[in-house]
Amino acid sequence: MSKSLYSPSSQLPPALRDLQEEIKSYADEFGLDTFPVVFETIDYRHMCEIAAYGGFPVRYPHWRFGMEYDHMLKSHTYGLSKIYELVINTNPCYAYLLEGNSFVDQKLVMAHVYGHCDFFKNNYFFSHTDRRMIDGMANNASRVRRYMDRQGVSNVETFVDTCLSVDNLIDPWLPFRRKESRRAAEPAAPEAAATGEANGPEPGRLHNTRSYLEGYINPPELLAAQKAKKKQADEAQKRKNPPHPERDVLGFLMQYAPLEAWEADVLGIIREEAYYFLPQMQTKIMNEGWATYWHSRIMTTRALRDDELIDYADAASGVTAMGPGQLNPYKLGVELYRHIEDRWNTGRFGKEYDECTSLSQRAAWDKKLGLGRQKLYEVRRMHNDVTFLDEFFTEDFCREQKFFTYKENRRTGRLEIEGREFSKIKQQILQQLSNFGQPFIYVVDANYLNRSELLLGHRHEGVDLKMDYARDTLRNVERIWRRPVSILTVLDDKPKRIRFDGAEISMSDEPAAFRV
Amino acid sequence: MISRIEQDHSRFREIIRGKIRQNLRKYISRGDMVAPKGQGTVAIPMPQINIPRFVHGDNSGQGVGQGDGEPGDPVGGSGKDGQGGAGKAGEQEGGKALEVEVTLEELAQIMGEELGLPNIQPKGTHSLETRKDRYVGLRNTGPESLRNFKATYKRALRRQVAMGSYDPARPVIVPIREDRRYRSWRTDPRPQTNAVIIYMMDVSGSMGDEQKEIVRIESFWIDTWLRSQYKGLESRYIIHDATARVVERDVFFRTRESGGTMISSAYKLCAELIDAEFSPEQWNIYAFHFSDGDNWSVDDTATCIQLVKHQLLPKCNQFGYGQVESPYGSGQFIKDLRSAFAKNIALVTSEIKSKDDIMDSIREFLKGGR
Repeated sequence: MSKSLYSPSSQLPPALRDLQEEIKSYADEFGLDTFPVVFETIDYRHMCEIAAYGGFPVRYPHWRFGMEYDHMLKSHTYGLSKIYELVINTNPCYAYLLEGNSFVDQKLVMAHVYGHCDFFKNNYFFSHTDRRMIDGMANNASRVRRYMDRQGVSNVETFVDTCLSVDNLIDPWLPFRRKESRRAAEPAAPEAAATGEANGPEPGRLHNTRSYLEGYINPPELLAAQKAKKKQADEAQKRKNPPHPERDVLGFLMQYAPLEAWEADVLGIIREEAYYFLPQMQTKIMNEGWATYWHSRIMTTRALRDDELIDYADAASGVTAMGPGQLNPYKLGVELYRHIEDRWNTGRFGKEYDECTSLSQRAAWDKKLGLGRQKLYEVRRMHNDVTFLDEFFTEDFCREQKFFTYKENRRTGRLEIEGREFSKIKQQILQQLSNFGQPFIYVVDANYLNRSELLLGHRHEGVDLKMDYARDTLRNVERIWRRPVSILTVLDDKPKRIRFDGAEISMSDEPAAFRV
Repeated sequence: MISRIEQDHSRFREIIRGKIRQNLRKYISRGDMVAPKGQGTVAIPMPQINIPRFVHGDNSGQGVGQGDGEPGDPVGGSGKDGQGGAGKAGEQEGGKALEVEVTLEELAQIMGEELGLPNIQPKGTHSLETRKDRYVGLRNTGPESLRNFKATYKRALRRQVAMGSYDPARPVIVPIREDRRYRSWRTDPRPQTNAVIIYMMDVSGSMGDEQKEIVRIESFWIDTWLRSQYKGLESRYIIHDATARVVERDVFFRTRESGGTMISSAYKLCAELIDAEFSPEQWNIYAFHFSDGDNWSVDDTATCIQLVKHQLLPKCNQFGYGQVESPYGSGQFIKDLRSAFAKNIALVTSEIKSKDDIMDSIREFLKGGR
């Protein structure tokens, strides 16, 4: 099985091989720029296996993959869900087709895959991912296996569980900061402080244009006191680790926690894989929307034969179906792309259009610019979900697509439509997307209370942490840090600090909430 | 070789089994928690086995949807299950592991491990089960005696070629620890013999619903255990007050009669049933009787003891008597049985005061391994 994966010549049946040629030619014609794609047909068990491993043939041993597999296999057996396609971000790009799917389904999937592959290759947020991750994952797996042989399966597994508890605490922008600047930032800081002292305004000095009042406005003893205070603060800041709140909690733990060599390596593996999967979470809507846009474009304008129409329509509508009260990333993405294409084709953008107040004029607006396709390629290169929605989720689009906000009715307990106010809808969507719906957690201080306790901070954005999970996570962080661990957060609008000292959880009030 | 996902999957099953073991007493004493689910499986409610992370709590029932409707119209489905948000879709693990399905066989195995039940010893010369070990593949660890030399040397050769330390002119291959491969085996059990359980229950006026519930739960677990030991287990149900009759399973647990109690009637019927259908040479026979221990007369008790001694015990692998405490019964019968059969290990008695005692009672009944 895994052998065929690595062989460059795909083992596709001839009919599918011809189909791939055909779809590839359409993709080229439309200007999609992809890695070479290797298709494999596999049965649904194998599909579930690979899906459980996040698209990869080999991952380190862990029960969570077994749980995913169990779940997927069951929902497949009971007909609740079906995995049509799987594609991974590597070069060459491996994609899996489900054995026994109808020909038109395979056609659709292939077109869809070329969309994904183009996105992987060209979207900026994927630019730092390792394109040979199949090998990377396999290497990680064999390392973890070796540790299991040496340290015992359950020791390693327990530690992996512990690490997974914090694998969402990474810094999404870390890969985009240049390595030199990252390294330079640290030694540069004290330098800047030193020069700042010499050239910058003296601390506590008030602006004064009348020299004869200087002694009153800026009394020398006060200035001296202020200076001493600032120096002390600077000293403290210099000693502080991390100097500024650090979002890459995993990386911080890897560097500073008292770990054994194998533990640090396992933590590093978890971190590496978390960073690899990060862009896929950042661009869920864009990526799926892009692939859906292209499969629909390729199918409806090129690949579809007359007798396949009904089957295609059935499958395509399934992909973009909306559950009530749910947002389908495929649907939202594809509609937004089409909207953008239309706007840039007709020129409905810019100052002139935005300031036009005549509805009839706006409705008939068409400058025949034909810039749509070009704009789409630009969008798929530059944006992630948050910026995509922020930039292009317009009031027109919101109204056309009939968005609404809903809220739970306290009295009846059911969810009811709240309203269709544009600003509210947009705010809600962006809030859901920011940091992929995860809380913002920082390392604040590694030597908290001067007792080498770890202090984390939760930047509260209006939603509290899930408390039972937070407590258990804190326990796990303590297991890595091996000293008491606290987290600053806000609970019911009151700033709190939750602490785990290795034996019990305690909670105390804080004077102020954590801010960055 | 076993595929990787199978290993992870079986590890996951192991974790589930561990959880079930931890909570077994709860599951046993609360019969309603274990729901039968189709062919030979049961669904068991499971405390979540999610990996804890810092996540947002309840988003207080808010969200964005798409479609027609006026303000105030209900939104179909529940937005609270974590799939509501666009940013979350697909990535959220959700609450899916809330109920797990296990096969009855697995459940019995877990119970056996937890209660320390021995496997049932073969009766006479019949072997109940044959096991056969088969070598099915290779693995990385094992006893040296099972080392597979060919695979080990292949591994070593591969490694040396990869490391560049292989010299075709002087092909010396030295396997290191990581190269070693061992044969691994699988045990295939093959159960052979048949068995029957005959349940008898007192349904006289003094047995209330709670007592019957206890009997129901207990018989479910006994059934489960014995089923794991025998292939093709049959069950028969006898209810009695002053007279006895053979009934269907459903009737057995639902019937409530009034009137007196003649335990001997049930024992007599049981003996007849064995004679008619289950010859002791071919069948492993288990009889369980549940009552509140309130028999009609001393004479009848004497008849019972005679029946058990001469009719039932010689034919059965084991005769179990479970006495459920009820506010009406005198509870005398168990004492009579105990004094008559103090030394006979084929007869097991157990008092069940409440649901919490069920687990101990089951252990009492099954620990003999007969």
